[in-house]
Amino acid sequence: MAIIEVSDITKSYGDVHALTGVTMSIEEGTVYGLLGPNGAGKTTAVRVLTTLLQPDSGTATVAGYDVVKQANELRSVIGLAGQYAAVDENLTGYENLQMVGKLYRLGSSVSKRRATELIEQFDLVEAADRPVRTYSGGMRRRLDLGAALVAKPQVLFLDEPTTGLDPRSRLGLWAFIEQLVAEGTTLLLTTQYLEEADRLADLIGVIDGGTVIAEGTSDELKAQMGGDVVEVRIGSEDNLDTATTILASIGTEEPRIQRDDRRIQVPVDGPGRVAEAVRALDAAGVKIEDLALRRPTLDDVFLTLTGHGAEEVSADDPPAKRGRRPERTAR
Amino acid sequence: MSVQTQTVTDNSLRWIVSDAIVMTKRNLLKYVRVPSLLVFSTIQPIMFVLLFAFVFGGAIEIPGINYLDFLMPGIFIQTSLFGSQNTGVGLADDMNKGMIDRFRSLPMSRSAVLAGRTISDSIRNLFVVLLMSLVGYIIGFRFAGSFFESAGALLLVALFGSAFSWISATIGLAVKDVEVAQTAGFLWVFPLTFASSAFVPVETMPSWLRTFAELNPVTVAIDTVRALVLDQPVGNGIWKLLAWIGAILLVFVPLAVSRYRKAV
Repeated sequence: MAIIEVSDITKSYGDVHALTGVTMSIEEGTVYGLLGPNGAGKTTAVRVLTTLLQPDSGTATVAGYDVVKQANELRSVIGLAGQYAAVDENLTGYENLQMVGKLYRLGSSVSKRRATELIEQFDLVEAADRPVRTYSGGMRRRLDLGAALVAKPQVLFLDEPTTGLDPRSRLGLWAFIEQLVAEGTTLLLTTQYLEEADRLADLIGVIDGGTVIAEGTSDELKAQMGGDVVEVRIGSEDNLDTATTILASIGTEEPRIQRDDRRIQVPVDGPGRVAEAVRALDAAGVKIEDLALRRPTLDDVFLTLTGHGAEEVSADDPPAKRGRRPERTAR
Repeated sequence: MSVQTQTVTDNSLRWIVSDAIVMTKRNLLKYVRVPSLLVFSTIQPIMFVLLFAFVFGGAIEIPGINYLDFLMPGIFIQTSLFGSQNTGVGLADDMNKGMIDRFRSLPMSRSAVLAGRTISDSIRNLFVVLLMSLVGYIIGFRFAGSFFESAGALLLVALFGSAFSWISATIGLAVKDVEVAQTAGFLWVFPLTFASSAFVPVETMPSWLRTFAELNPVTVAIDTVRALVLDQPVGNGIWKLLAWIGAILLVFVPLAVSRYRKAV
């Protein structure tokens, strides 16, 4: 059953059309990755679904609650970790979680218990009684994620959870998110990192210009790129024509040749063709310098779908981000 | 994550109060964690006391009254007014750091974030004003009225500041930037404070300014507090002051809350 239903949501700020008609349906217990460059409308979509913004038109429900008419009921069953770790610098990690628990109206003893559990879960025991001011960027994000989980939400929203983190902290945070997903939390995640969507999401929606332009599993999106490619670099230019003929007979399309580099690329219908290529080239006496099976990345998908790269910053950032400071990642 | 924890979504008064207490505690903890914030916010009013008492004071002659005793009630209100501008700055800061987003995504009461902020700022103001009384005491200022008159005067000072906190909250939520909120707050509070009876009797001002000063709620507040502190007849000052406080709250509480609801 779909736990998030979004139907043709639009939102504009003056002349900036942040959302031009978003429609999504997200099944309970799955991870949906909303992938797109800055300014594509990711944050605006999350803000509408978490009741921070009212849509101009269209309807959306989360866990059966309408985002406009039943906003307060909706808030009690969701958790949000936004783009900037929203934790109070002057409170300790433990106090931050306890405060959020009380504001979810969990009561004093449950709030304390949840704070203790989450501090342990997110590996913050040693820092629990220190003011957040002293935390690293990665620790803040973990605490922020913990705060979103205080009330054991039915649906969790993570808006660019790892933006601005160093690679090690990112890997660490992914491990925590994967653990949550394994426990069955429904998650809507936005990201501009293809790798992140690829790793965490069951279903990926590619968003650009305020609308979802493609949707599918990571494999489905990659399949749109025509599958695997065998790439061979041969030892001598003299063999180039021989090698091209051989590879043409194995591939599904005409090989592409980069003469100066002695490199030939040919699309194939499966990874099994690699061995076949090696045997045939070897039998013809062609010396192979390098041979690889290249699988299309989501980067390729994005470039094909939108005509621009995924991590390019588009000119008009939505005003939602106005005045925000970049995250401090002091250690 | 199978069983969802029980949450409460009703916004009866009980929960508004409970949310506001949580928020007040959160804001006050800041001063416990960073005590220098409190120290620095007392330095400016102390400098004003010393400046007016010793630099300008000698040149200001007020018949029948020691200038320091005239000055201190004005300083109390000034401290409370300037302090109230922290409300907007604090809210703008919370917005920039994403805290307001977090609070707005929780099933908590909408007005509790603002109430918690204005209450904690008023408590802080009261603390600073008490400290100012102590500084005044050291250089010769004395409360002339009874204990109840003195306590009532300080309570009115805090109440007046908290009303202005709601104006500051409205501005802070509108400008959304810490530095702009700081400047904007100072801009309107400064003339309001100086074109009042805080430092000199309004009778000494040119007539156009005197008219403004007499209508100025800051003058109403200072005259009332001064009468209580100096044990002079208050007249209907208290009622006029309470009416001003009520009017400001009546206008700016709904304005600030509606700004907060729409805050992006």
